[in-house]
Amino acid sequence: MLIRRSSDILPSEITPREVYLTRRQWMAGTAGLALAAALPQGIEAAPLPAAKSPFSTDEKLTSREDVTSYNNYYEFGVDKDDPVKNAGSLKTSPWTVTIDGLVGKPQEIGIEDLIKSSTLEERIYRMRCVEGWSMVIPWVGFPLADLIKRAEPLGSAKYVAFETVSRPEEMSGLRSIFPVLDWPYREGLRLDEAMHPLTILAVGLYGETLPNQNGAPIRLVVPWKYGFKGIKSITRISFVEKQPPTAWNKQAPHEYGFYANVNPNVDHPRWSQATERRIGEGGLFVKRRQTLMFNGYADQVASLYQGMDLRKYY
Amino acid sequence: MHGKASIPGAKKGFSLPQVPKILVYLVGFIPAVWLFYAGITDQLGADPMRYLEQALGLWALRFLIATLTITPLRQLVSINLLRYRRALGLLTFYYALLHLVTYTVLDQGLDFAAIGADIVKRPYITIGMATFVILVPLALTSNNAAIRRLGGQAWAKLHRLVYVAAIGAALHFLLVVKSWPMEPMVYAAIVVILLGYRLVRSLGRAPAPRRRPA
Repeated sequence: MLIRRSSDILPSEITPREVYLTRRQWMAGTAGLALAAALPQGIEAAPLPAAKSPFSTDEKLTSREDVTSYNNYYEFGVDKDDPVKNAGSLKTSPWTVTIDGLVGKPQEIGIEDLIKSSTLEERIYRMRCVEGWSMVIPWVGFPLADLIKRAEPLGSAKYVAFETVSRPEEMSGLRSIFPVLDWPYREGLRLDEAMHPLTILAVGLYGETLPNQNGAPIRLVVPWKYGFKGIKSITRISFVEKQPPTAWNKQAPHEYGFYANVNPNVDHPRWSQATERRIGEGGLFVKRRQTLMFNGYADQVASLYQGMDLRKYY
Repeated sequence: MHGKASIPGAKKGFSLPQVPKILVYLVGFIPAVWLFYAGITDQLGADPMRYLEQALGLWALRFLIATLTITPLRQLVSINLLRYRRALGLLTFYYALLHLVTYTVLDQGLDFAAIGADIVKRPYITIGMATFVILVPLALTSNNAAIRRLGGQAWAKLHRLVYVAAIGAALHFLLVVKSWPMEPMVYAAIVVILLGYRLVRSLGRAPAPRRRPA
């Protein structure tokens, strides 16, 4: 399947990040990042210089406003506008990511060191939510594979498990009487999926550090899978032998599979996945567009699932 | 102040200062007017169509609940708002209709194949559509002429379908969301209480079961 490219938008028409952030701001941003690291909590978005990537789509970007105000982050409430209102209470600095399990080099990495020691790229990806809407988001991040290589996984490591921070005092959704999910939020990937060059850990979007509602300070982005696979505010990455439990799969196993690959031919039991609404496109009179197999990344990832029954492994 | 309604029991309790019924309609349509205006002027957030669709459905459920509170209010706390019940019931129908039109026209773009597949395959849509179908005869007979034609008893019997509609609407809401968030559960609980109240009351009024022979 071909990746659909909207022919009406030239790559040159997309606002380059250099325009978005002037060079001066870049330099101030680097200083700002260092400053943010020194502060007890990094709230202010700091510019993140990043190289362009051939993996980026040239589709029209979803506005920053929409990307940062229409979120599913149930730790801060179930409504789309809850995270932007409530996520400010999460302290994202200091922040460490623990890497453990079946690895040669288990370690704890501070987020600043991780960002400093990684080659940041801008990846403009489509994001398809399991609910039937989609966005185009300019992430800033680095391949998860880079981090995995540094951890030196053992031969027995077959899966990578991720865990979101769990701080009821800072995350209003965790204090709810009826927990919507079994916290902490967990996600997982097969090791080959995790090593795939499209899979990134994002630390920013629109050229700046991630806003809290988008999963600051570090989140997973797997563009050919439904959005809920993109676990936010990661504190732990574990290498394991068996397929790890994942939050939505535990909540409703017949509705949310471990793989959760975008697939227009396999419906959610309660709604169709054949079409999607692109956020910011048409407003009230939005036209549905066809959902693409593997969210349009079939050329790159279909081989990962060769011979698998995608109806069974949804 | 005098109760003019022909339904028995209407005079029970005290009436609040009466306002013209047309005012109930005028106030009742404010949310719809606001929503369409806000939708067209891009004030409904990132996903305005979905916001409009959900808000209209929610208002239909709210008016349905309001309709169902008239009787307990009268029976339990002697507040008689019976003269506004028809308006509230019809507002329920109008909002359900707007909700349905939003789904078919704006959400599905009149793709009748997709809509048909939804109705057949998606329980929440099946239930939602069935609930709307139930509301149609109720709306059509919400006038004095229909009450005269059907006779009070048959009319009352027909309008008990509103209980089925309430269950359908609450289920429809519960089934459309992911996981079990609070809001649809609260609405479902209100519906359960309002219907449970009627059930308990009707059981209380039923003749005592015959004693089993010794």
